[in-house]
Amino acid sequence: MPVYNLKINGKSHDVEADQDTPLLWVLRDHLDMVGTKFGCGIGQCGACTVHVDGSATRSCLLQVSMIKDMEITTIEGVSDDISHPVQQAWKEIDVPQCGYCQAGQIMSATAFLKQNSNPSKSEIRDAMSGNICRCASYNRIEKAVELAASKMS
Amino acid sequence: MKNIVPPSFSRRSFIRTSALASGGILIGFNLFQACKPEAAPPVDISQLNFNDFNAFIKIADNGMVTIFSPNPEIGQGVKTSMPMIIAEELDVAWDNVLVAQGALDTNNFTRQVAGGSQSIRFGWEPLRQTGATARQMLINAAAAKWGVDASECKTKNGVIINANGDTLGYGEVVKEAAALEVPENVTLKDPKDFKIIGKDASNVDIDKIITGTSLFGLDYKEEGMMYAVVLRPPAFGKKLEDFDATETKAITGVHDVIKFGDKVAVIAKDTWTAMKGKKALKAKWVSDSKLENTEDHDKILTDLLNGTAFKTMRADGDVKKAFAAADKVIERTYESPFLPHNCMEPMNFFADVTADKVRLVGPIQTPERTASRVAELLERDVKQVSVEMTRMGGGFGRRLYGDFALEAAEISKLAQKPVKVVYSREDDMSAGIYRPAIKYKISASVKDGEITGYHLKEASVNSNMYGLIPNFFPAGAIENYQVDVANYDSKITTGAWRAPYTNFLSFAEQSFFDEIAEILEVDRIKLRLDLLQKVKGTTDERIQYSPERLENVIKVAVEKSGWGNAKEGVYQGFSAYYCHNTHVAEVADVVLENDIPVVKKVTCIVDCGIVVNPLGAKNQIEGGVIDGVGHAMYGDFSFKDGMPENKNFDTYRLIRINETPIVETHFIENDLSPTGLGEPTLPPAGAAVANAIKAAKGIRLYKQPFIKHMKSKAPLG
Repeated sequence: MPVYNLKINGKSHDVEADQDTPLLWVLRDHLDMVGTKFGCGIGQCGACTVHVDGSATRSCLLQVSMIKDMEITTIEGVSDDISHPVQQAWKEIDVPQCGYCQAGQIMSATAFLKQNSNPSKSEIRDAMSGNICRCASYNRIEKAVELAASKMS
Repeated sequence: MKNIVPPSFSRRSFIRTSALASGGILIGFNLFQACKPEAAPPVDISQLNFNDFNAFIKIADNGMVTIFSPNPEIGQGVKTSMPMIIAEELDVAWDNVLVAQGALDTNNFTRQVAGGSQSIRFGWEPLRQTGATARQMLINAAAAKWGVDASECKTKNGVIINANGDTLGYGEVVKEAAALEVPENVTLKDPKDFKIIGKDASNVDIDKIITGTSLFGLDYKEEGMMYAVVLRPPAFGKKLEDFDATETKAITGVHDVIKFGDKVAVIAKDTWTAMKGKKALKAKWVSDSKLENTEDHDKILTDLLNGTAFKTMRADGDVKKAFAAADKVIERTYESPFLPHNCMEPMNFFADVTADKVRLVGPIQTPERTASRVAELLERDVKQVSVEMTRMGGGFGRRLYGDFALEAAEISKLAQKPVKVVYSREDDMSAGIYRPAIKYKISASVKDGEITGYHLKEASVNSNMYGLIPNFFPAGAIENYQVDVANYDSKITTGAWRAPYTNFLSFAEQSFFDEIAEILEVDRIKLRLDLLQKVKGTTDERIQYSPERLENVIKVAVEKSGWGNAKEGVYQGFSAYYCHNTHVAEVADVVLENDIPVVKKVTCIVDCGIVVNPLGAKNQIEGGVIDGVGHAMYGDFSFKDGMPENKNFDTYRLIRINETPIVETHFIENDLSPTGLGEPTLPPAGAAVANAIKAAKGIRLYKQPFIKHMKSKAPLG
């Protein structure tokens, strides 16, 4: 079985896995980084969102053989001390209900705010529409992204 | 289901204490029944078990309070709100309270069930009494130390103060308190003195959630554990005839392929390999009964509604007579499809079955029932079975059923290994325990402008309505009133889905009253309020709702939503409902964008008694409303040849952030005991939206999901 060298949250990892193994399962089962969640496996729900070279990407669709030399950031690597403005905003607004989708929501929000630091409400809604929250904490997600944007500006 | 009234026990019977070897006092309490005579909390904190107690409070000698609560958390916030109630009566600062998930190692727990929005309602009194009892014991210990009367002492934020102004921290008297008798009579705080209850508190797991720390069942792993992915019959009504696992077994990392019943488990070193192994299985299925289709159900339910095979759930007066004497009879039919739960965390469970123990770990709303079912399945003594609950990535009713835990136990037994069963989204949506497809026919008789008769007929797949619901509004408000049900026995598994039974009933009834008001040309609010006047002072003890509280939420909704004064282009719809002991009114604001109705806002008025944690409560309310709007608009699930036609989010639509209304919440302030919030804001949402769409487009919706039926111009009822 091939061995892949992955750069995740600034650290190098060697992983032995089939070439078609999605990054999601490499993170969860091989590297014990379980913050990235499995929701649908077809890129529809956003629970597995990570950053690949800074862009929000569905890790359930990304095969491990395709990410050589790319910088991967997961929820575990957003900050060392919950200091990222998006995490702070999530905390202040008390966004989660069950909490399962929130890592994916936070990863989508952090990538989005990097590209658009002063978004309108409708831009926030569009940017976050790839992430399903079954508990429907959507009003708070919207508020938290707005708050995070104001913290970052 | 019976209307269960929380029992009241003497304090001594449900609270026990011990002095911890490491310092501090440990208070064990049993919320819903008396403790066994021999029950005593351990002296070593690592030996906590929940056999005899629901939860523990530890007060350390530095005054820090830790509450060990095993109550399952599915996102409804009880892991935060229940400890708040204890801390309030204990009179400690919320910042000095830690909440730890109590790891369960037991088979004997009561009411550790998250369902029916009842945790807070049932827990309210006993949790308060527990906190107050602990506080009194600390006071008694301090008073003895000072040689003063306990009645001269008071407390403030974890400090006991006597008449001379001397102070002792709780931590300074825990050792003495642990040796005291549990007092029999304690005084509860006056709600106006609450300092924690009624104040916003963040989710106690927030830091773990936003850093991706392991919390959920799917995150659970231990040394030597294997992953199991299961091939189940592809359709309801099919059985496994034969299978070929040659290709599966050739995959590196696949350890075993095991048949159990009509299912085949692929056991592998990781989830992905197990999923690939399942795909490579070649199975032959045979039908052992007729394969059902949504079109068949449609016809069957219509025939049931038009037939005579009804069971009467409640009958007042004589509807037949009322209808015969009527000036006008209004009759409408409402329909909804099956719905899957679609918890974001797909079903999963860990099991380790060994010769002398059965260890189960995972997300489950009903650990006690699951433990006994697993014991029965494996022919083990239930005392050998332990269940540890993880945080749950949603429940919505699905995790009341332990089918996935039974699978895990059976596979672990056969594989002789610790295994975790993992469902894919397709597995989760196809092996569901769905909200049944339902039709309602509602008829009302009108005489001299008054509603004289009301006849609700329900036809549902398997079963739906149960005992208490026929006593909800409008029971008691209409002299001649009857509720009849007829069911069709299907192979498709159905069960509780968030706000079971009322999630669709509320849509039907609140749409019906809206239409009656239009037909009778009376104000829609007045029609509802007039009906409620007739229930006031009722001596009918079966009536579940309070007409006064329902009237109040309706009036406040009118005021807060600007009902009748909407801006140009904004169309409003009204709905009010009682369920899960909570009274709710909602007003939906709809606008037309390119002639398509868009729900912009929902004003939601909630009377749930005392609001323990407004921050968490509002989250539940917002979620419930949006969930109600989402499923009414988009939820569509059908069967063809016994097989679900929707298996993942590409073909099953859930509401997304760009489609959500802003929810504006207002609470009715009162001192009444709190009631649940996980469910009651969902049922009224569908009718509020449908009634607003009627106002906007002139189209009256009778079927869910609206998106499918909105375009039709033909009368659908």
